[in-house]
Amino acid sequence: MNKLSRRRLIATGLAATAGASGLAVAAKLARRYGLIPPDGGGLYGPGETLTYAAQRLLTRHSMAREFSHNQISKPPFPNAVDPLGEAFQRLRNGAFSDWRLAVDGMVARPASFSLGELKSFPRRSQITHLACEEGWSYIAEWIGVPLSHILDVVGTLPQARYIVYRSFQPGWWESIDMADALHPQTLVTHGMNGGELPVAFGGPLRLRVPRQLGYKSVKYITRLTISDSLKRFGKGLGSAAPEAGYAWYAGI
Amino acid sequence: MVRVTHWITTLSFLALLVTGAEILISHPRFYWGETGNVLTPPLFKMPIPASRATVPTGYGYVLPDQNGWSRYLHFQSAWVAVLTGLLYVVFGLVNGHFRRNLFPARADLSWRGLARVISQHLRFRPASEEDAWSYNVLQQLTYLLVIFVLFPLVIWTGLAMSPAIASGFPAAVTILGGQQSARTIHFFVSVLLVLFLLVHVVMVSLAGFRNRVRAMIAGSPATHRERT
Repeated sequence: MNKLSRRRLIATGLAATAGASGLAVAAKLARRYGLIPPDGGGLYGPGETLTYAAQRLLTRHSMAREFSHNQISKPPFPNAVDPLGEAFQRLRNGAFSDWRLAVDGMVARPASFSLGELKSFPRRSQITHLACEEGWSYIAEWIGVPLSHILDVVGTLPQARYIVYRSFQPGWWESIDMADALHPQTLVTHGMNGGELPVAFGGPLRLRVPRQLGYKSVKYITRLTISDSLKRFGKGLGSAAPEAGYAWYAGI
Repeated sequence: MVRVTHWITTLSFLALLVTGAEILISHPRFYWGETGNVLTPPLFKMPIPASRATVPTGYGYVLPDQNGWSRYLHFQSAWVAVLTGLLYVVFGLVNGHFRRNLFPARADLSWRGLARVISQHLRFRPASEEDAWSYNVLQQLTYLLVIFVLFPLVIWTGLAMSPAIASGFPAAVTILGGQQSARTIHFFVSVLLVLFLLVHVVMVSLAGFRNRVRAMIAGSPATHRERT
């Protein structure tokens, strides 16, 4: 071994050690500041963690772009949904007056709200983009209660870190972190384009998360569970999406 | 460093290409502006079947859905490619690789210099022994275009499709004309990168595949035992 290659070997060794300890420190910091997504293990964990951590650092408080009325897509495209079944049809026949949104978990006052109660809450309307992971998109006006208002009403405990939300459709459930849950544009949506939210678009109640792809905006929501961890839900990957092979964080 | 980053980029580019194609077939239609879906007229559509039943393709069947792992791998490979690219660019600027090897000499940039190289190429004149180690002016311009125009553009248009990035950096989307425009440009830049890859591989083969690939991996062509 000549002098030059020994020097190179030492330099490479030092660089590798510095790199490895840098990674270890980064991983520790990421855990401390909640920058590791629930599906951050496994083969694609490193990429997911980099994406989630980078976007949380860069866009934690950013606002989704809002558009003008003349940019609303005519007509918008309702993605296909599985048959909703007889129980849903009965609720629909009653104009959804019996539809309820239960809120439980780490809250001071668990509650169950009727559609009427939710409509009496302060409402916000915004014209935002909905993009599907498949590549298509549309712009619509969404009307609803900011999720943060509902969390205030039930009194979220300080250790809360995630909101798990479930659909009337069996098997559909998702979760978001507090950055998205408390974001002013995250709406428990009951109206669209000036009217009621049509069933095809998730009516009577859809959680709209405009800074993430469409599959995080779950249709027909019936229950919110506030939790400090996602380990106990399903397979512990955060939501139904990673269980079906899709990323939990869909800000990209 | 140039060689290590080259082969890492090659691997991640191939992964990006395969997964990009998988994602594309879930909606093989392209639009211009902010929005587009099956109810709006496309800019153009690809004559292929889709992996979603909601897309009218004219084919009587639907391909299997591969988007889950394709998206995971696409973004992970994108991270690898971007970080490797940054390393390469910083290294290339610091150690003079760009200045020495990629920036064309002033004399080469004259019309006469360009014409000479082009006519050599058209007559399939092989590179002379002393040229085997350096890039000619056409190679230099192509590599500069790929490194400083096409790669940045494909990264930018990719990021512009992200709803979170669009919220944090709205100008990055509006300059392109909207998120669907970003998707369409992303597609065309990818096509150009694939064309570059094909020409690159053909040129390497014409230059003597074994010898060139040995140079790309080990650093020196066999004819050049001693680097002076």
